[in-house]
Amino acid sequence: MKINIPHIAKLANLTIAKDQESMFETQLSSILTYIERLNEIDTTGVEETSQVTGLENVTREDKSLPSMPQEDAIFQATTYNSFFAVKGVFENE
Amino acid sequence: MNNLTIKEARRQLKAREISSVELTKSYLETIKKHNEQLNAFITITEKEALAQAEEADKRIAKDESTPLLGIPIALKDLYMTKDIKTTAGSRVLENYIGQYDATTVMLLKKAGAVILGKTNLDAWAHGSSGENSDFGPTKNPYNTEYVPGGSSSGSPVAVAAEMALAASGTDTGGSIRLPASFCNVVGLKPTYGRVSRYGVIAMASSLDSIGHFTKTVEDNAMYLQVTAGSYPHDGTTPPVSVPEYIKNINAGVKGLKIGVPKEYFIEGLDPRIKELTDKTLKWYEGQGAELIEISLPHTPYAIEVYYIIQTAEVSSNLARYTGVRYGHDRRYLGDEAKRRIMLGTYVLSAGYYDAYYKKAMQVRTLLKKDFEEAFKKVNVIITPASPTLPWKLGEKTDDPLAMYLSDIFTVHANLVGVPGLSVPMGFINGLPVGMQILGPHFSEEKLFQVGHAFELANPVWKERPSL
Repeated sequence: MKINIPHIAKLANLTIAKDQESMFETQLSSILTYIERLNEIDTTGVEETSQVTGLENVTREDKSLPSMPQEDAIFQATTYNSFFAVKGVFENE
Repeated sequence: MNNLTIKEARRQLKAREISSVELTKSYLETIKKHNEQLNAFITITEKEALAQAEEADKRIAKDESTPLLGIPIALKDLYMTKDIKTTAGSRVLENYIGQYDATTVMLLKKAGAVILGKTNLDAWAHGSSGENSDFGPTKNPYNTEYVPGGSSSGSPVAVAAEMALAASGTDTGGSIRLPASFCNVVGLKPTYGRVSRYGVIAMASSLDSIGHFTKTVEDNAMYLQVTAGSYPHDGTTPPVSVPEYIKNINAGVKGLKIGVPKEYFIEGLDPRIKELTDKTLKWYEGQGAELIEISLPHTPYAIEVYYIIQTAEVSSNLARYTGVRYGHDRRYLGDEAKRRIMLGTYVLSAGYYDAYYKKAMQVRTLLKKDFEEAFKKVNVIITPASPTLPWKLGEKTDDPLAMYLSDIFTVHANLVGVPGLSVPMGFINGLPVGMQILGPHFSEEKLFQVGHAFELANPVWKERPSL
């Protein structure tokens, strides 16, 4: 087995139906086998590229600017006292 | 209004031969007539479009002139539009109302464009065929049994089928160039960072390029003039000056050095497409361009690098869709999104990071060097945009890997950040075929010159679908 679907699904906050696990496992394993062809290339000492703009540390002035009104931000959410409602983190409190 | 271009529509609007309201109504009529068959639009914004057209007509009456004043366009439904539904092609956002306008939407509105609606796409821009939309597949207007290409599927179809004069798209691994090729329209993937990504729902942030579809190369240059530039909400838009793209578009190709990469003319390339590309290259040679065989040696590995880096970034970008602030929760994600999220999570997870993600970032450096070396010898590179013709609906839907491999000629440019222009080359069995013109970073002006020269002499774009 190349990839443990229940474990990865848990890390990714996904719910995968039991009857779909083997399909995903087969598909993702074959893709992983394919991309492992990269090991044919010797990358000793090659630096990594994570972006291609050549820009570094782009910042703006530390000044507050107008932002989205609260009503616009929350009108599509389930709210509680005008805050986003989320599940409790500490279950007994 | 058949075969109208932005250029010609602007002339007619200016000369008061037509009004923007008339133009807009005519496009809305075509949308109503063909959308059921083609499924190019998810949302049609008729009321807003007519209001924008009326406003444009008032401004025209006052002799105002902005670059797209009164021109009806469409937006891929990945572009955030204030107060208008923005779905990303996914059930997760089926009821989501955009909370602000993307920078490009703001610029297009400022330029006077009339927005007809939001076009269909593979959900979250994950796909090469347009079939992975939660709102049903888009059909190719040249043959509705075939795919239009994706992930920007509705936009090129809208332009090809006279449902909009131009339409926006996004290109993370080929999602503009491939469908442009399949639908006989011109598609631009600009240099990474040339156009702001702000407000366009993110797929893979180091690869996403914000481009568009038009009928002609000239129109394409006019559209980029509006969207290009460095804007504060996207820190990856370098402050590189924006040239006047149309100014030297007739420069021609005499003395131009065209690189022909041997790695693209391989087994797996449809011999008929190879033949058509050879003919196109010969045409350029006849115009005084020089063909130079080059090598981009790491090309065979580009797709592997792409499916590591892209899925890693997808897994991170889609983590925000939890249903807490807007939209449905993660159970509404489709299988393809789940595949990519899991693959990305896997390649980033403890114990596998070095073997996959780090390795891919290193090979990305080698891919960059391939292009740097090539552009020391040539001005542009020309390849087919796709190794195959458009395929039949359903042909690849059960085989994700086969679908991924359709992007084999296009992902390279995204990993390296260079621009690519897809220009119609001809037809095979009634299906459109495009070429891809690649250049160094920020060489869009050159790409337009090269594409325009070809289309002037070979107006393949004039061949409209019969619906």
